Amino acid sequence: MTSVLYDVPGPKARRVSLIGSVVGTVLILGLLAWIVMTLAQQGIFEGRRWAIFTRGDVWMLLGNGLGATLTAAALAAVIAFPLGLMFCLLRISLIAWIRIPARVVLEFLRGMPVVLMMLFVLLVFGTSSFIAVVAGLVLYNTAIFAEIIRAGIQSLPKGQREAGLTIGLTSFQSRMLVELPQAVRRMMPSLVAQLVVLLKDTSLGYIVAYGELLRAVQVMADFLGNAFLFPIFFVAAAIYIVINICVSRLAIWIERRGSNKAAGGVAKAPTAVVAPELPEVREPK
Amino acid sequence: MEVIIENLPLYWEGLLRTLFLSVVSGIIALILGTLLAAARVSPVAALRGFSTVYVEILRNTPLTIAFFFAAIVLPRLGVTFQQFEVAAIIALSAYTAAFIAEAVRSGVNSVPLGQAEAARSIGMKFGQVLNLIILPQALRTVIPPLINILIALVKNSSVAGAFFVLELFGYGRQMANANGDQVMAVLLGVAFFYLLLTIPLGILASTVERKVAIAR
Repeated sequence: MTSVLYDVPGPKARRVSLIGSVVGTVLILGLLAWIVMTLAQQGIFEGRRWAIFTRGDVWMLLGNGLGATLTAAALAAVIAFPLGLMFCLLRISLIAWIRIPARVVLEFLRGMPVVLMMLFVLLVFGTSSFIAVVAGLVLYNTAIFAEIIRAGIQSLPKGQREAGLTIGLTSFQSRMLVELPQAVRRMMPSLVAQLVVLLKDTSLGYIVAYGELLRAVQVMADFLGNAFLFPIFFVAAAIYIVINICVSRLAIWIERRGSNKAAGGVAKAPTAVVAPELPEVREPK
Repeated sequence: MEVIIENLPLYWEGLLRTLFLSVVSGIIALILGTLLAAARVSPVAALRGFSTVYVEILRNTPLTIAFFFAAIVLPRLGVTFQQFEVAAIIALSAYTAAFIAEAVRSGVNSVPLGQAEAARSIGMKFGQVLNLIILPQALRTVIPPLINILIALVKNSSVAGAFFVLELFGYGRQMANANGDQVMAVLLGVAFFYLLLTIPLGILASTVERKVAIAR
């Protein structure tokens, strides 16, 4: 890999860099070895402790936890997205008495910890912890989705809206038919990245006693004994991280694909691009 | 309403502790994050690899998992803390550093290529290029995103309240339990104090953003 930040390394620099790499690797391996040794002294690597993963019910409990995590995340995302669209429209409304209250609500929701909203719903409305988790996630992510889409609309060339209004669309029609579709497409990477945040935030359900993955770990550790805490925790954390990395990769993939397309894409080209397939001219009725 | 006024000292105490957690973790995370970003663009392959792996893993770990690890798993492995605040600060700063590293790296990428080329052509080495030319400009462009990360840090510190640390959220939970009939007022009070921290920071971020935009 070449970088603009440093010269192409010559023989001496390559040697220094190689030594640096070796020393760095040795240091990191040493640290890992120390951690592994410490863990081994605690008896973490005894086969007995990891043998629980041969038991079906352990995997079933982990699976249930994972299912609960994914259910809450999916439900919250599905509810929060349309709400976010709606709040975005309210937030950029031309009418001040709609715009200003919407802004206050969004700022309020954005400025608060998600776990506080979950606790609020749980205690004030006395709901089940599942509803509290979903409601907390929905409230927070509605605000974030709204802000992301608003940023997308603002990044569009002004001409898009002007053109929409010129051909006789109402302001609302122009938003719905011209601006929103482009804004959503443009902000797709950010929206998917926010899904990772949402998925991560479901683990806050642990705090309001929702039976998600982390709670399942805690329950099993309490039930099977502390000896099994580390193995179970390790596996659960790995599950979380792998899922999140996959969704993050998806966001990066969408971004790359989008930026390839956007070179001549709808939003970025202020000059007229003649579409190869022009719609047929309709016969006047 | 009275319940908030009665418990004002507790709220105040909680606010100070939240602020303390955020400031200490924020400073550690800023230093660690900048070092990680520097490692990410450095000529030494091992450093680049380490930084990439660290950032990828920590960014994709739920904060609750990081806290669970620091506060519950570590003590049972024999690493005990005198105070749980230490565990909270470790979890928060390790988590936040990954985000800061990404922000600083994107800042480094946003500095025009000619800057680094000019610096190299007058004979600067990597360390000099980074410290004297690139980072000062990069940090300036990333101030708004960094402030947003710090806002998230303030909000994230609430997770500490669930792991044996008494801060704004922790006190809020306590007060909600003690005043079962006025839960709503208690929690709205907590929300108010969080907004007291996050909204000014948000305004600061957008002001700085506007200033930087004019300067460029």
